[in-house]
Amino acid sequence: MTTATATAAPAGLQTGAPRRGLASKIVDRVGSGVVQVLMVLLGVFWLVPTIGLFVVSLRTVDVNNAEGWWTVFTKPAELTIKNYSDLLASGFTSSFWNTVAITVPTTILVIGIAAMAAYAFAWMEFKGRDSLFLVVVGLLIVPIQIALIPIAAMYGGMGIFGSIPGVVLFHTAFGLPFAIFLLRNFFVGIPASLLEAARMDGAPEWKIFVSVVFPLGKPAIASLGIFQFLWVWNDMLIALVFANPENQPMTKALQSQMRQFGSNIDILSSGAFLSLIIPLILFFAFQRYFVQGMMAGSVK
Amino acid sequence: MTERLDGPAPAVPREEETSRGGASGPADTPSTKLRLGPSPAVAIAFLLPAALLLGVWVVYPIVYSLFRSLFDASGTGFVGLGNYATIFTDGNMLTTIRNNLIWVVVAPIVVTTLGLIFAVLTERIRWATAFKLIVFMPMAVSLMAAGVIFRLVYDEAPDKGVANAILTTVHDTFSSSQGYPEARPREGAQSAVAAQNGGVVTKQAVQAGQPVLVPIVGVKPAVMPKNAQPAKAPTGGGGLAGTVWFDFTPGGGGAPNQVDSGEKGLPGMTVEAVKDGQVAGTATTAEDGSFRFEGLPAGSYVVRLPQSNFKAAYNGLTWLGPTLITPAIIGAFVWVWAGFAMVLIAAGLAAIPRDALEAARIDGATEWQVFRRITIPLLSPVLLVVFVTMIINTLKVFDLVFIIAPSSVQPQANVVALEMWRVAFGGGNNQGLGSALAIFLLILVLPFMIMNIRRFRRENA
Repeated sequence: MTTATATAAPAGLQTGAPRRGLASKIVDRVGSGVVQVLMVLLGVFWLVPTIGLFVVSLRTVDVNNAEGWWTVFTKPAELTIKNYSDLLASGFTSSFWNTVAITVPTTILVIGIAAMAAYAFAWMEFKGRDSLFLVVVGLLIVPIQIALIPIAAMYGGMGIFGSIPGVVLFHTAFGLPFAIFLLRNFFVGIPASLLEAARMDGAPEWKIFVSVVFPLGKPAIASLGIFQFLWVWNDMLIALVFANPENQPMTKALQSQMRQFGSNIDILSSGAFLSLIIPLILFFAFQRYFVQGMMAGSVK
Repeated sequence: MTERLDGPAPAVPREEETSRGGASGPADTPSTKLRLGPSPAVAIAFLLPAALLLGVWVVYPIVYSLFRSLFDASGTGFVGLGNYATIFTDGNMLTTIRNNLIWVVVAPIVVTTLGLIFAVLTERIRWATAFKLIVFMPMAVSLMAAGVIFRLVYDEAPDKGVANAILTTVHDTFSSSQGYPEARPREGAQSAVAAQNGGVVTKQAVQAGQPVLVPIVGVKPAVMPKNAQPAKAPTGGGGLAGTVWFDFTPGGGGAPNQVDSGEKGLPGMTVEAVKDGQVAGTATTAEDGSFRFEGLPAGSYVVRLPQSNFKAAYNGLTWLGPTLITPAIIGAFVWVWAGFAMVLIAAGLAAIPRDALEAARIDGATEWQVFRRITIPLLSPVLLVVFVTMIINTLKVFDLVFIIAPSSVQPQANVVALEMWRVAFGGGNNQGLGSALAIFLLILVLPFMIMNIRRFRRENA
């Protein structure tokens, strides 16, 4: 997301210059100064809420209820990690591990199942393939709400209501349309000659899938993986309905503290910040793949 | 990076006209593969896990919900379309639908416009990557955490919530008066001042060198500024000067109309020197309540404390109250999604051929004309994608409303997705009405579902 714009910017600004008079150059200069200032302000504006959460999480409830977090710049001595140590001692760690136990299997399942289906859609011939794929495209935006009541009833009958496997399966199913869509569009671009060579050699399809398609699809799989991971990690609605208290992920654990926002601000701020550390690390480490997945999912 | 984002083009141009009824097959598979491809049985094996999950967890629930929505809360009594009638007649439900309407009309426009502005502006700065990362970052944060973040931002007290802190700072920069609601002058024969038009004036004209004493009573402890110092009787010096103070000695004692020890000055009062009905000079009281008019021509003036001093101080807006709650949550939504719009639009912008823009500039078009007549039309497919994605997102918005709106305000902030949860799981326990709401939500996104399918068929035909 950087290269194209970085080269384009000077071109856009400079090209007209030789034809223009001094006055318009000055206008350009001043204009670019204004733009710089405006962008700095906007950047600060976008950062401030998150910084606020971080500072609040490092101050006690009493200090937070007495004054705004920005007073930290004049009184840095008030900072403490007490909220975090209290949080870790309170059993919040178990909800952290629940989040992991829900997110990791879901991501693996979605990638595996969707890649298989995407390969079939891209490179196998069967009756009704195209209409079936249009169904997948249609399912892309089905609201999760539609399945809450029916699946709750079904899980009740199966005895897995409230359990982690139930949550994982729900996430997996609703992750599939996007995953199949993304991977199929990528797999179609794999050079036909590679697959034909393998087929000519008589390799079985599962072997072609594992040793040719999967490795070639890595960039798309990485995008999907990041996306799927974040989506499940950050989910609250599915957890709210399908995870009982001992299996609840961080989002649900925090939500249950929202009623007394003011007095629970110590747990809420530190918990919210802990919950977003891993997504932020992933985001900064793999932002390229993140952006790619997003674009492939919406522009295409 | 955009090279792959344009989507992989079909590897081999389509050679055969397939016999699959209609020429709109999504996959342009090379014909040679037909002979080499695996048997349908293998294809079914590859599709089975996905088909099973999608069938049981996504497709079957649609049918079940449709059916369930025709029954009452317990699931035994058939009510026909009764649940749907409830959605469109119940007062709370109508508020919910109205809120969704506000969301759908406002949020996509704001997000798309802001994304476009950011995308255009980032082309003009060198640190575009850093800016994009900052604005894009909220996309990685859970809406739950974003909700907590904005509960803090919107805290009503201006010394705790950033939003009101900024508003009051801006407000106070332009009108500096400190508010002392319900405060009034100590009146009576002894007093030199009297109330007039909600403000306070001296009874007689005063001159320089003659300290003006303005005793005020009825100042509520809550509005007494923390920085107020013990009042000082004005000492001699040049110009018209005086003291505005709280003429009340804590613990008793003290004489009315006199500055006694223990009595505090009232800082931040606006004081005007008036001559012949015209304001000739303005001053503001210091922490000890004293004021002095600088550079005022000698003469007799009436000293006046305008009414604005006795209004409640500006404390910002009640963001989380019933009136502003929906706009406030939309603000949080914009914070989350503007980065998405910006990145998509920036990629579209980078793909615009530079020659088209150059040609227009050489023909003498202004930057605005180039932007309006060339950039925007060329961007319109991307803008449409962003806009439609945002509409779908606003229709489904749940977490932000659920977290940011305090429980007492949730009825006023309610949206369909949240109401569905409340009715079926959050205490309502009415799965008939819940199913009807879920179907209603599905019907709302249905046009976009059809649009997606048609777009896909067109692009792959």
